[in-house]
Amino acid sequence: MPGTARQLLLGFLVSITIGAGPALAGGELHLGNGAEPESLDIHLSSGVAEANIQRDLFEGLIAEGPDASLIPGAAESWDISPDGTVYTFHLREDGRWSNGDPVTAHDFVYAFHRGLDPATAGSYAFILYPVKNAEAVVNGEMIALGNLGIKALDDRTLEITLNAPTAYFLDMLTHHMAYPLHRPSLEEHGSAWTRAGNLVGNGAFTLAEWVPQSHIKLVPNPHFHDAENVALDEVWYYPTEDEGQELQRYRADELDVSYDIPADQIEWIVENLNDEYRNFPYLGVYYYGLNTTAAPFADNVPLRQALSLAINREILTQSITRAGEIPAYSFVPPGVAYYQQQTMDFEAWDQSARNDAARALYAEAGYGEDNPLEIEILYNTSDNHKKIAIAIGAMWKQLLGVEVTLRNEEWKVYLASRDEKAYQVVRSGWIGDYNDANTFLDLFLSDAGTMNSTGYSNPAYDALLKSAAMETDMVARQAMLEEAERIFLADAPVIPIYFYTTQHMIKPWVHGWVDNIKDVHPSRFLSVSEH
Amino acid sequence: MFSYAARRLASAVPTILVVITIAFFMIRLAPGGPFDQERQVPPEVAANLERAYHLDEPLTAQFVRYLGNVLTGEFGPSFRYRDFSVSELLADGFPISMQLGVSAMILAIVIGFSAGSLAALRRNTASDMAVMGVAMTGIAVPNFVVAPIMTLVLGVWFALLPVGGWGGINHAILPVLALALPQIATIARLTRGSMLEVLRADFIRTARAKGLSEYATVTGHAMRAAALPVLSYLGPATAGIITGSVVIEQIFGIPGIGRYFVQGALNRDYTLVMGVVIFYAVLIILLNLVVDLLYPLFDPRVRHD
Repeated sequence: MPGTARQLLLGFLVSITIGAGPALAGGELHLGNGAEPESLDIHLSSGVAEANIQRDLFEGLIAEGPDASLIPGAAESWDISPDGTVYTFHLREDGRWSNGDPVTAHDFVYAFHRGLDPATAGSYAFILYPVKNAEAVVNGEMIALGNLGIKALDDRTLEITLNAPTAYFLDMLTHHMAYPLHRPSLEEHGSAWTRAGNLVGNGAFTLAEWVPQSHIKLVPNPHFHDAENVALDEVWYYPTEDEGQELQRYRADELDVSYDIPADQIEWIVENLNDEYRNFPYLGVYYYGLNTTAAPFADNVPLRQALSLAINREILTQSITRAGEIPAYSFVPPGVAYYQQQTMDFEAWDQSARNDAARALYAEAGYGEDNPLEIEILYNTSDNHKKIAIAIGAMWKQLLGVEVTLRNEEWKVYLASRDEKAYQVVRSGWIGDYNDANTFLDLFLSDAGTMNSTGYSNPAYDALLKSAAMETDMVARQAMLEEAERIFLADAPVIPIYFYTTQHMIKPWVHGWVDNIKDVHPSRFLSVSEH
Repeated sequence: MFSYAARRLASAVPTILVVITIAFFMIRLAPGGPFDQERQVPPEVAANLERAYHLDEPLTAQFVRYLGNVLTGEFGPSFRYRDFSVSELLADGFPISMQLGVSAMILAIVIGFSAGSLAALRRNTASDMAVMGVAMTGIAVPNFVVAPIMTLVLGVWFALLPVGGWGGINHAILPVLALALPQIATIARLTRGSMLEVLRADFIRTARAKGLSEYATVTGHAMRAAALPVLSYLGPATAGIITGSVVIEQIFGIPGIGRYFVQGALNRDYTLVMGVVIFYAVLIILLNLVVDLLYPLFDPRVRHD
């Protein structure tokens, strides 16, 4: 049974990772956290800043270790039916809410019902769509929540039925939408349930203070099942929207960990604080989308390929972005679980060979010196996007003679233009929702609606993704997803440019921090030494 | 004076109504909505969100609903900070913005007025040149340049003061200074100009002629008259401090309401933007009234009967 093998692996990972860090008693950790949380309500939030805090306050059925590997969370074990669609979770006996109440299977059922209820209006409700009938509940077709594929068989046994075997389902359960909720405290406090003093969670920490735009302070939850191994006394999260100022607060020792670094100071950091600078591949890709529903890109694969070939990604990452980004020759980043990275053939070529091919394809597409392509690049306001657009425009102009204009729009205006497909080339980025190739590939299903912002449509691609979704054999599934990406890359509806990396500054006295592709660092595994 | 104040307040009501109406429709005209994000949500999820916030109703119906809520003192829930109502955010942030703004204002008046008077009395000397040189620099260099330099020098290099956050008096020094600097500069220049003019006026010559000491002439007569342009400038100065706080609060990580102005608009947080606009409109109308009521105390020629 696949569940048992994985459990063994998980158990092994837990044992090595917990042994790894020096678990020092006491200490405060001060973390830059990017933005002010839009909400601590697990069903209303959608950002990374919120997820970082919620991960400390709550624990799903499956949790994440210091390196983001999957470890047992509120569930101590689980069984998966042979067809891969029914998961039975056995909750740990010592699972407790921060007020001492036991964590039961009913708390998960309640939370899933609330998260999918149209009245809750959760913007991430769709992440639970693999659960049977979840989509029907969200779109209002099914009012009776009893038919949702989640049932408490008893206080400590939870059964979740899926529409189809979903290979990444356990990973998905680490998402905040899949956390449990303490029903009595929600019923007592209504919409104020997330305030300090009201919030009852089952995570390693509880909410002590929340001053909007200033800080959020967490203290250990004494009822947490692994409380004895939680080293920190206090965890402070600060909104740090201005990276320049964040770096100064870090240098003044007001922050122990920074959320990001200012791109224009990367050289100074490498020169002066290189030991504290962390740069690690992230589950995300920066790319240019091509509008395949209109001229000039509709039905013109050679043109799309020519533009992709003409971009010198090494120059872009080494001279323009300069923060250790990885040139991208595929859409799914390296390091994704159960996946072998696919790359476009020309990755192995040198740039002059790519340039020759680009010129030939450009001519094949019907363009040339006397008939140059005129194209507009749309990007949202940001220095980085602007520099990249100027550089790419120059590469296209120099090599192919393409006449490029740039269109810069404020964030929300840009989103509206993109979703209405009022663009030719659009700067885009995508961060995976879970560690699986599917979160990258299903964006481009022909029925993905506005999510498919390029309008790409290929029946062969759709068919492969749909069969992969039904496949229980992981090897066969992987082969299907890989073939789908090869088709996608050959059709070139997007031009991958680079893979994101996460960048942090970390003080030498912070211990237990393990760089990982999901950039997940639960505070329960961190500690600080005297400084 | 009371009837004057009452009349002024009554005439403010239509002004505020116009402000609400224009702001409401202007923010809705901007493309994009509060729930648009990098990751597009499926249409049924978007529909649920719009329903929950009444965004599916016609715009006029939303306007009537909003106006009704405002009349009962309710600014609605924030679209972006979904755990808080706009009223709560304003109530939490305003005292902090006010401490920051009032301290900066007092500092600006005290230092600006003294430095300007000094420069006028020591006209064309080295101290005059120095004050005016510094003032010109203060006006020319924007505070989003000054603030990071101050934090780098005083916060990071010498570690004398905290770089960001809000708490003790230590946290207030740098932001108050950064916020006050351009106002100090403007007030010093204004004071110098008006003081020079006043010192040449007939009533000063009279005061000197009747044998008053230079000190008594300046403090008893000249300063009061020289303060008038500064007093008139307090309205624009308040506006300057409010807009300055948008930048300063962001840079120093201060939990005031200044940053909601810009953030709210960028996030299309309709209710938060409206709340801040209404709040500041009322505040500025009241402050202008206060300045006008203070005027007769300084200039006997002005009377509000």
